[in-house]
Amino acid sequence: MAEIRVDHLHKAFGDFVAVRDSSFVVADGEFFVMLGPSGCGKTTTLRMIAGLELPTSGRIHLGGADVTFDRAAARDIAFVFQLFALYPHMNVRRNIAFPLKCAGMSRSEINDRVNETARFLHIDHLLAEPISRLAGGDRQRVALGRAIVRRPMAFLMDEPLGTLDTEFRDVMVRELRELHLRIRATTVYVTHDQIEAMAMADKIAVMNHGVIEQFGTPQEIYDRPTSMYVADFIGSPPMNFLHFRSSLRAGSTTLRVNGAELAVAAIGEDRAEADLALGVRPEHIRFDDASPLRGTVFGAEYLGTTQIVTVNTGHGQVKARLPADVVAVPGEIVGLALRSERASLFDRASGRAIPTALYQGTGHG
Amino acid sequence: MAEVAVSQLTKRFGGLTAVDAMDLTVGDGELFVLLGPTGAGKTTTLRLVAGLERPDAGRVMIAGRDVTRTEPAGRDITFVFQQYSLYPHLSAYDNLAFPLRSPARRLPEPEIARRVEEIAALLHIAGKLKNRATELSGGEMQRVAIGRALVRRPSVYLMDEPLSSLDAKLRASLRLELKRIQEDLGATILYVTHDQTEAMTMATRIGVIEAGRLVQVGSPREIYTDPRSIYVATRLGQPAINLIPAGLIPDGGAPAAARTIGARTEHLRIAKAANGSALGKVEWIEHLGDQNHLHVTVGAHKLISLVDPATDLVPGDKVSLELAAPLYFDAAGKRC
Repeated sequence: MAEIRVDHLHKAFGDFVAVRDSSFVVADGEFFVMLGPSGCGKTTTLRMIAGLELPTSGRIHLGGADVTFDRAAARDIAFVFQLFALYPHMNVRRNIAFPLKCAGMSRSEINDRVNETARFLHIDHLLAEPISRLAGGDRQRVALGRAIVRRPMAFLMDEPLGTLDTEFRDVMVRELRELHLRIRATTVYVTHDQIEAMAMADKIAVMNHGVIEQFGTPQEIYDRPTSMYVADFIGSPPMNFLHFRSSLRAGSTTLRVNGAELAVAAIGEDRAEADLALGVRPEHIRFDDASPLRGTVFGAEYLGTTQIVTVNTGHGQVKARLPADVVAVPGEIVGLALRSERASLFDRASGRAIPTALYQGTGHG
Repeated sequence: MAEVAVSQLTKRFGGLTAVDAMDLTVGDGELFVLLGPTGAGKTTTLRLVAGLERPDAGRVMIAGRDVTRTEPAGRDITFVFQQYSLYPHLSAYDNLAFPLRSPARRLPEPEIARRVEEIAALLHIAGKLKNRATELSGGEMQRVAIGRALVRRPSVYLMDEPLSSLDAKLRASLRLELKRIQEDLGATILYVTHDQTEAMTMATRIGVIEAGRLVQVGSPREIYTDPRSIYVATRLGQPAINLIPAGLIPDGGAPAAARTIGARTEHLRIAKAANGSALGKVEWIEHLGDQNHLHVTVGAHKLISLVDPATDLVPGDKVSLELAAPLYFDAAGKRC
């Protein structure tokens, strides 16, 4: 297994810049997720690492060797496009053996490897079964077996779960993560789904228009988004933005949001009066009759243990995640208490986070 | 708008009974969700109501009229499919107007314009009416597809996973919009999905379907808090309900017949334990985009519970566990 190092990678298609000066390191054994909407450059980056696309400029190192211009076949990687396309006319053993057979490996070695992989995935008792007779979960394990049997230096995966229904995808997210914890293969995984990214990644790069907006652990990105774009992309429902206008003083630990005084993490710099947004996660809001921050309940979405309550306020619409036994009647006026010391602060013109004590140690881009 | 009632509805494909003597009433103005995994018979039920399939037995009534032998076109229904099927060469406007221009209707153009604009405003696509279908995003296309069903004002709307082809963000916003529109119009909707979040957040009532039979009908809250069986209990809840053998966690209140205990987050009291009272161990805390899952092992069993993001628990911690009014199931998987 190996480290992947991407240095100032740049890719232009004519006038269109798909990937702009991108640099990051995927450590040996790390599960790295590139997250963003379609067209953000994540798949192009992955294809350059795989050798399916050549960069306009920049370098790619795999396990210490410069592979920037090596052919795809010469790079010791496994590219998984679609985990779940199995050969229905073959049995389990032949499905898993297929990549090794293509690589021209001897029959006895193939047998050893397939047996070992099947034992590892707890499907060794199914090797003689035809694919059509397997239950859903076992099929997915066969697909995983086929991907890992080659033991490459790195796995590259492009939205492998994209076509699954939600229930099944949750199961596969867990399987993939548990598999990763056992084999610790360096993995680069591309998705537009933030829940997949949060559940599986050691590190996430959130991409936008060919640029990495933020690079960090899932928890870092969730708790301390460095831009409104990232804050809005991560979380379901995403971070709320309370709009207000104010100046800022470095070191201050309070903030006046239209009359309400809120405790915040110490502000890092002086700012002249500007349009700002306080970023608050839905789980950091609760009802409090005493709070001066008022709003009207618009609707409630019952989720069992919790509910999402939408409240219209003078600062914009706010979604709160509350226990399901809290009564929220549409049209009712409620006070909202915020855990504002956990909130982010953004400059609305640039969309960038304003440094606070909460953000110390967080790297931008 | 109108009521839909099916009685003893049965459909067999060869040896397989897809829908098995089903009785179901969807009230006027209700959004009724049929929830079940792939293959449970929910889409077949919907197609029987639409008239796209013929039942082997039973009746379908729409607005008090027996339509069991009526052609789909004569049933006064519209059907929204999972995959939006728009006319690519037509504008969004013309796609929406299409059902109103059918020779059977002959609505005057000003009336058509009024209806199309009203629906477009409801769906927030008023600014896109001149765009050709191919120039719309996925979410806009699906809104046009839903809009095309809404312009007609039939007695009943039938929807088969209309949101499942959309990405998560769009699905979440359309969920809210569709529910709001349904309430505004007082529409009767029979809605099929395998997505529990859609069922929980949109349904007036949910019907849980298992192997062609309706096993429980109730409000989302009833189905969630008072499931009749393990099957129903596992349909709703994220994380999924923990199913543990009776006796694993001491519980004085368990009835004698209880074999399995169903414990959701709200049924579990988990706290850092002094040595001695520890029953379980924290394996890890999974930080998902919308919630944090606490993974605890008790012997060979794994439990997953929601946990406050500010928890002081860390992996390796010994914890005590208590049950608070959990759900009890007997050997057959029924509530006891």
